[in-house]
Amino acid sequence: MNEFEPVIVAFCCHYCAYTAADMAGSQRLNYPPNVKIVRVPCSGKVDAIHIMKAFEKGADGVYVAGCLEGDCHFKNGNKKVAQRVRAIQKLLDEIGIGGNRLEMFYMSAGMGERFSQIARDMTEKIREIGPNPAIAALNAASGKAVA
Amino acid sequence: MKTESVLEKILASGNLAVTSECGPPRGAVPEKIIEKATMLKGYVDAVNVTDNQTAMVRMSSFAACVFIRQLGLHPILQVVTRDRNRLAIQSDILGAYAHGINNMLCLSGDHPKFGDHPQAMNVHDIDSIQFVQMVSAMRETGKFLGGDDILNPPKMFVGAAANPFADPFELRVARLAKKVKAGANFIQTQCIYNLDKFEQWMQGVRDRGLHEKVYILAGVTPMKTAGMARYMKNKVPGMDVPDEIVKRMAGVPKEKQADEGIKICVETIQRLKEVKGVSGFHIMAIEWEQKVPEITEQAGLYPRPEI
Amino acid sequence: MITAERKPMEEILEYLKPYRRILLVGCNECVTVCAAGGRKEVGLLASALQLKFMKEGQTLDIKEITLERQCDPEYVEELAVLVDHADAVLSMACGCGVQEVSRRFKDLPVFPAVNTKFMGASERQGVWAERCQGCGDCLLGLTGGICPIARCSKQLLNGPCGGSTNGKCEISPDVDCAWQLIWDRLKAMGMEDRYEDIMPAKNWQHGRGGGPRKIIREDLAE
Repeated sequence: MNEFEPVIVAFCCHYCAYTAADMAGSQRLNYPPNVKIVRVPCSGKVDAIHIMKAFEKGADGVYVAGCLEGDCHFKNGNKKVAQRVRAIQKLLDEIGIGGNRLEMFYMSAGMGERFSQIARDMTEKIREIGPNPAIAALNAASGKAVA
Repeated sequence: MKTESVLEKILASGNLAVTSECGPPRGAVPEKIIEKATMLKGYVDAVNVTDNQTAMVRMSSFAACVFIRQLGLHPILQVVTRDRNRLAIQSDILGAYAHGINNMLCLSGDHPKFGDHPQAMNVHDIDSIQFVQMVSAMRETGKFLGGDDILNPPKMFVGAAANPFADPFELRVARLAKKVKAGANFIQTQCIYNLDKFEQWMQGVRDRGLHEKVYILAGVTPMKTAGMARYMKNKVPGMDVPDEIVKRMAGVPKEKQADEGIKICVETIQRLKEVKGVSGFHIMAIEWEQKVPEITEQAGLYPRPEI
Repeated sequence: MITAERKPMEEILEYLKPYRRILLVGCNECVTVCAAGGRKEVGLLASALQLKFMKEGQTLDIKEITLERQCDPEYVEELAVLVDHADAVLSMACGCGVQEVSRRFKDLPVFPAVNTKFMGASERQGVWAERCQGCGDCLLGLTGGICPIARCSKQLLNGPCGGSTNGKCEISPDVDCAWQLIWDRLKAMGMEDRYEDIMPAKNWQHGRGGGPRKIIREDLAE
């Protein structure tokens, strides 16, 4: 039985979070391959449906990473998406998937270490929580092994 | 004289009138209302009977008034527009008058959310001012609100409430003017602790000559404890309790607080006697009706005039 | 606009229990404006329902469509080609839309996914407040443009009551006292003497009290 390898989708804003990821790369800081980065122009561009579809398509965990509070390149995109994230956390709890699978993080472009730490922490957190129950149940029902 | 109401007679004679209040029981227990009313007999000219006070179901004020009338007292039927539409209200008025009840107080009523049936529909088919207008017209024109003639139209002595302490203060005299315009014959005010503010309101009332168009009964309530004083100051909307009152109550030991409360009440009445335009007193001693005789005696309002 | 809020998930799931092929219909008007049942909300609800059913080891065949309006038969007709593939319709429109869909597709169970709340206006982004009760006999011209029927908790026409405190209603410090607002407006316009005009008892027949209402325009109806 393979150890569960969570699939994490990280929506990263171009100006800060994605640059921090780049920084982590150039500093040769390790972060798990479980985290799949999706670059967005601003974290505020991440809509509720993007998060939901990520879970629908098999993500075990999702996070949105934007600029530090007050530093959003587009003024308050990070604030707006944070509100959305809270609402989706509630929805995920309502349908039994678990709002704890979704998080919001803030960082600046130079925070390579923070980026990789978050990636590691989130991967471990989701590993502990377990696989996306929707995918697990569907796979069990159709006889497929858990990825 | 617009009616045969004894309360009207006493007020018209120039005597200071005294009214008090009884809350009906939360069950079909007439003994409770009879007990309360009996304590007041001889000490008051008329007794208000509250209507589902604070939106809690109680024996109907109409039924309780009938028991009180049977004891030989003169009830003031309180009706709130929260629970009844115009048909039900007119219907109750006919019934009450047929039972010898000829005083009414027309009110809006506390919102259902405060009571034991917050899910109930909030009726308010008419508001308190339209209500005053309606009862007055039943007497003056002998017609229902809908226009048809009434057989033996009820001649109710119509009262309304006034709160000099509610917001907005600048509207409170205009509000009284509106009630007078609608036909109110007498007014009972919210209980008074802030005499300065009350006198300020009365000045405005006198400036407009309203004290000559309607009888104003000043409301007073004796405090039982310092806790009650604090509660009324902080938790009851539209209530103005100055700090000095709370300090006075808190300044005496617990066993003496009830007596202090009575003392303050009597002093308030004495001061109010000096205010031009005050025609009487409405003593609201909720669940403390046994103190009303003492208050009227100490305030020099006993015995009641024989009219 | 007419405002609405999505029903609790348990209630929606209870409606859908016996069905596997769902037509989820949104509306592009009022419920879009109050973010309760427009195209975005349809997408979110479809995704949420799908995840929930997957969790139970099943999948839902759910078709999403958002009509321009659900309260006009011409738009509702657009569903005709889709209903054959559905066992039930879940509508995110207000009660008017749900009923219009139900009227057209008599053989299909139609369920509301939102609770229709009130006729209101936006106070600011994300906040809508009740403004109109459809009394049928608008008196806004007399009250400085503020409706005592919709905004006074006791629908007093000659308010305020004795519970008005600091400009707020006795039921909650979050609710404005409508009559404070009306008085302030009248004062600002120099119309204070209007305040003492007594508004007579309302004729509720113009409103819901007279029974379900209909408007028939002779110049428009065939």
